[in-house]
Amino acid sequence: MKPSWRSPLTPLEAPRQPHPSDERQKQQYAAGGPRRASRRDVLRLLGATTAAAAGTGAAWLWLRDPTGRAARPETAVVRLPAGGFAVPALPGMPELAIVRGRDPLPMMRAGLQALGGVRRFVASGDTVVVKPNVAFDRAPVLGATTNPEALAALVAVLRDGGAREVRVVDNPINSPEGSFHKSGIAEAARRSGARLMLPDPAHFRTLAVDGAELIARWPMLYRPFVGATKVIGIAPLKDHNLCSASMTMKNWYGLLGGRRNQFHQRIHEIVAELALMMRPTLVILDATRVLMSNGPTGGSLSDVKPMDTMVLATDQLAADAYGYEMLLERDPSRLPYLQLAEARGVGTRQWRRLRREEIQV
Amino acid sequence: MPVVGASTPSPPRPRMERRRTFRATDARLLSQVFFLALFCFVSWITWFSRLGGYPVSLFLEVDPLVAVATALSTRTVYRALGWSLLLIVPTIVLGRFFCNWVCPYGTLHQAMAWVFAKRRGRNPIDPNRYRPIFRAKYVLLAFLLVLAALGSLQIGLLDPLSLMFRTFTTTVAPAFDRIVTPGIEAGVVPDALRFAPGSKEDRLFQGSLLVGWVMLAFLLANLVIPRFFCRTLCPLGALLGVLARFALFRIDRDPHTCTNCDLCLRGCEGASDPHLLLRTSECFVCMNCIEDCPEGALSFRFLPPSESAVAGVETSRRRLVTGAMAALVTYPLLRTGLAVSDRTFSAAVIRPPGSPAEPEFLSRCIKCDQCIRVCPTNVLQPAVLEAGPEGLWTPVMNMRAGYCELNCTLCGHVCPTGAILPISIEEKLGLGRFRSQGPVKVGTAFVDKSRCLPFAMETPCVVCEEVCPTSPKAIGSYEETITRWDGRTVTLRKPFVRPELCIGCGICEHECPVVDQRAIYVTGVGETRSKARSLLLKG
Repeated sequence: MKPSWRSPLTPLEAPRQPHPSDERQKQQYAAGGPRRASRRDVLRLLGATTAAAAGTGAAWLWLRDPTGRAARPETAVVRLPAGGFAVPALPGMPELAIVRGRDPLPMMRAGLQALGGVRRFVASGDTVVVKPNVAFDRAPVLGATTNPEALAALVAVLRDGGAREVRVVDNPINSPEGSFHKSGIAEAARRSGARLMLPDPAHFRTLAVDGAELIARWPMLYRPFVGATKVIGIAPLKDHNLCSASMTMKNWYGLLGGRRNQFHQRIHEIVAELALMMRPTLVILDATRVLMSNGPTGGSLSDVKPMDTMVLATDQLAADAYGYEMLLERDPSRLPYLQLAEARGVGTRQWRRLRREEIQV
Repeated sequence: MPVVGASTPSPPRPRMERRRTFRATDARLLSQVFFLALFCFVSWITWFSRLGGYPVSLFLEVDPLVAVATALSTRTVYRALGWSLLLIVPTIVLGRFFCNWVCPYGTLHQAMAWVFAKRRGRNPIDPNRYRPIFRAKYVLLAFLLVLAALGSLQIGLLDPLSLMFRTFTTTVAPAFDRIVTPGIEAGVVPDALRFAPGSKEDRLFQGSLLVGWVMLAFLLANLVIPRFFCRTLCPLGALLGVLARFALFRIDRDPHTCTNCDLCLRGCEGASDPHLLLRTSECFVCMNCIEDCPEGALSFRFLPPSESAVAGVETSRRRLVTGAMAALVTYPLLRTGLAVSDRTFSAAVIRPPGSPAEPEFLSRCIKCDQCIRVCPTNVLQPAVLEAGPEGLWTPVMNMRAGYCELNCTLCGHVCPTGAILPISIEEKLGLGRFRSQGPVKVGTAFVDKSRCLPFAMETPCVVCEEVCPTSPKAIGSYEETITRWDGRTVTLRKPFVRPELCIGCGICEHECPVVDQRAIYVTGVGETRSKARSLLLKG
């Protein structure tokens, strides 16, 4: 049997068929030439032309952009609540709790008790954002990320205190899923009943920070803060190659997106502005395992020194000043961002003047 | 059935007469839908948080073309490739059932051909007649297998499963993730639905246009010839066709009952001439002919008389030799180029950790891009030309798109062929019993002092040092206090690389703020997979 395959490139063999309009034209000419346009034809033509012109004109008015403004659209900005998420000061109460011990849960309870009790920081029905530092895909023992036990203890205390929802949030430098998993934070959050909120391209908004220069407008991982009533930072105390130490103020870096690798050009100013951006309910400086060298990434147990300490404070600057001087044992006068933050009015670095309580659990 | 007119008072709904029983083609359709859905699901779960130990590359591991071609190219059968017996044995018994019961790509083609035929309302019989061009796939198979035996594995260009995985990874998955973005922004779609949840940014894939167009071109070819790819090009189909010539079960026509109406061709997927002598190697066992035959002359039978089928594969030995000769000529031409040689390889060819040396890599990689799919940082990209013509769509690292995550070896674990070996974290980092051999290096970082902010622009930076994950850091910095052009005194930290410590992970390049052409960058030199590409005498 002859195959019916014909290459699609073979030309059509059939001769060209006369077009139907040819026949109509022939008839017209046979009838004495084309029909003259009637009045109705002319009116119809005029009507159609007018309608088309009016439509085009309306479209032009509707869409016109004489200066090309649309090429530079304005970004919609969001703001965090005025005054941040801070709770009112409680006169007479310690402002800095330094807790030493091995077991994070009683440490956390004791620390909060010293600052006025968990009721001061969380009311029933609160939605609390907890910001650990999960920047890298490191095992917890390497001290580059928040101690998952400390995080679990915090979440448990908040849940006991009546928090409706606790959201654990960070935008890591390494891959988010890997970092949350390998740092043990994902497991700790799940175990303690918190909701994990990993970054997603759709979760970022441009944040406006009043009084800031470098991050006056900057993309922020904003979705977790929609409906949030309290914010608590829980940051590991770490050595940092460029700004000497990463503590509770630097921790907010992990809420930003965009070209955040430019911050290193003015690192001390940016840390101060981060403290301006976020006025937290409470910060916890996690010095259970302190990365003393090779920070902020670490990577070796020899970089880590166990200190079994947590510092709880409502004043993030005071917590950082204390941690830098007393735990890292470095000279705070040589850490510019402490002064810059104080100049911006985010707190005091004179932690010695604050009422504080040291607790051994 | 009663006709219900407008004026008729609606009677109690008549019991539908049982139109038909559950037929073989219904089972086939269910099977096709199941395997297509399974394929989509498998591609979707090939992601850090969903892997859970599932055999996400099983489709490729039961693919006999992968097993046979890699056996030729490496003289070994890697890891799970022996599971291809799951397909080889039933093919010998039942014929090329895979093409119309399992293959997700075949299902796509069948669907497209069905849509096009509906739209054009064309003669349903003639397009399904056998055409001599369908022999091309056997010649192509001979070409690809001989090329594989010589050491260049190119089956992945056309292997339907590799092609499907590759297309899903680089086009379907990112397209889906973009489509759902407005829904996630509005909060109506959970971000866990994404193919790549927990990503900070949209994933990007080099040359996704090419991969997408190849897929579209093959799908559109159904306009010209239904199931063009399956019938004409598919090398897996050709291999199964070779196996199917011995099929114990096949379609058989009873010439006494047959009236030569050719209606059996109406739904014939494989164009296997069920109306004449059956071309067993072309038959997809779709069972349509049996159902379309008004006389009941066709049946699927065990060991029918041999006179009722064409003996063997419809290709002359001469044509197969031509395919083999083409491979013999092509191979030296490929290796005479600069791409594979250790003297002239491209700086952009940075292979994922666990890859063997380039010639071994090219004898194993089937371009399925499962590694690229699973890579959490998006650093793995399908090569276009940087790895030479042989390296098209093989994985290379682009540190601008991502970086190699320190504690991650997922790519090697999903690789079905050992083009990336499943190394442990200990082996990758040179810990424990691998301490003496040191970490796996994929390349080395270099500082471009003419673009680096502290070196060239009196501006502090050293993000590279900050993010360097090794301990001690492979990037150090000299401190230098200078008076800037505007008179201000500024302390700069000027970075340098410690090549003994650098593993080439590229996070320095990825995080460098000089984004268009990074001031620190990684090239492949110094990689541990090849001594000839090392940089230092020791380390």
